[in-house]
Amino acid sequence: MPRFSIFSVARNALSHHENWPRLWRSPEPRPAYDAIIVGGGGHGLATAYYLARNHGVTNVAVLEKGWIGGGNTGRNTTIVRSNYLWDASAHIYEHAMKLWEGLAEDLNYNVMLSQRGVMNLAHNLGDVRESRRRVFANRLNGVDAEWLTPEQCKAECPILNTSPGLRYPVMGATFQRRGGVARHDAVAWGYARAADARGVDIIQNCEVTGILRDGDRVTGVETTRGVIRAPKVGIVTAGNTSVLGQMAGLRLPIESHPLQALVSEPIKPVHPIVVMSNAVHVYVSQSDKGELVIGAGVDGFVGYGQRGGFSIIEGQMGALKELFPIFSRLKLMRSWGGIVDTCPDASPLITKTPVQGLYINGGWGTGGFKSTPGSGWCFAHTIAQDEPHPLNAPFSLERFVTGDLVDEHGAAGVAH
Amino acid sequence: MLLIDCPHCGPRDVTEFHYGGEAHIARPEDPDAVTDAQWADYLFMKKNTRGLFAERWVHSQGCRRWFNAIRDTVSYRILAIYPMGTPMPDLDTLRQEADR
Repeated sequence: MPRFSIFSVARNALSHHENWPRLWRSPEPRPAYDAIIVGGGGHGLATAYYLARNHGVTNVAVLEKGWIGGGNTGRNTTIVRSNYLWDASAHIYEHAMKLWEGLAEDLNYNVMLSQRGVMNLAHNLGDVRESRRRVFANRLNGVDAEWLTPEQCKAECPILNTSPGLRYPVMGATFQRRGGVARHDAVAWGYARAADARGVDIIQNCEVTGILRDGDRVTGVETTRGVIRAPKVGIVTAGNTSVLGQMAGLRLPIESHPLQALVSEPIKPVHPIVVMSNAVHVYVSQSDKGELVIGAGVDGFVGYGQRGGFSIIEGQMGALKELFPIFSRLKLMRSWGGIVDTCPDASPLITKTPVQGLYINGGWGTGGFKSTPGSGWCFAHTIAQDEPHPLNAPFSLERFVTGDLVDEHGAAGVAH
Repeated sequence: MLLIDCPHCGPRDVTEFHYGGEAHIARPEDPDAVTDAQWADYLFMKKNTRGLFAERWVHSQGCRRWFNAIRDTVSYRILAIYPMGTPMPDLDTLRQEADR
């Protein structure tokens, strides 16, 4: 695979960029592999990449029912941060943050990480106390975090309405300067290209329809392109984790909900950072194309339909207009929905299962994108070693039996 | 936007309702007698069905009464509404009626 560099770009410019090779092969599925990853989103592709890179397991297939990165990876609002309250979360998200910081070089693919800073607003005294507690907890865990006064918020983001006359005034904010956004498609493509280069087969349009078992052991999967055997199967199917779990006879602590996002018409750069508010519930950043990328919360009901209710959009638009009066006449261009799998404690599952050789990575709720590299890193370790990495050991299925939950609703259950 | 036919008030917008999750989950008769795993199953494990799903709703900004519904979690279409405490309607029959 040719490396991307200033020289290869210049060389290909001479042939009008018409001779670039494909980024990854499209092989026919082989009858058997050492490991199968079900789901070709960011987490699945990252898992395959780190299986090859960190553990030398290259006889791997990634099975994707549609096209890679076409599920939640292509639908999220691309925010990257690691300022979580509890130790277990802070450690895995901060590991992901460090991987993000070197990812473009590692993959030789520009994932367009932009560490422009993520601001989480506080609108009442409860928010202020909770947020300051989180800043201190973050610092103890080596995660960069600052507490900003309303004046400091205004200095970082001049278009933010910090007037004390607001119904829910900005009383301050946490700020993680290393946080920001990354290009979601590039993350999927970069991992796919790098995994493919190490021998991983990426097989698109191949839907898994059944999990094959011999007693307590997994032996492979049934797919729309025939039976594929493997002693190890990793399920990374955000939005359908329960559906795959059911195929293996597992009951999971997951509910699936629609989550919507939207973009405005493109405008000149006006919004320098990422602003999130849990209390009035909206989050917004500006893409490199100039569109505002806006998101908020899930619809309350269980849904797999990849669309949500208009009332959710109405609520977040009201919050957006209050916080950013400058946006009040912007037109929205597109809105769409994805399906997020939520666990009761708003923390993910990266876990072994009662079925030998079957592993699950899911339940990331509304915040999976930011963890893509860390998630893949830990899940690859779990699959290769048949035991969890210390970073993902707290995110086991057993925690719902022992009661050792990682209750991240404060930092993770709502806005991302 | 869902239009939900409250059995007491008639069809109303989904914003008047709150969601109660999966229906027909029975609390163990004797909580002291169950294992941790059984308790976890009762408390946390969900069917989360893709397709026809029995679920609870409350008309919180109307009559404030609870009821059960069968809804398709892919199309979001509501196929049946029935009182809590009564058995779940036969899903195959509902499917056939919906197809007609």
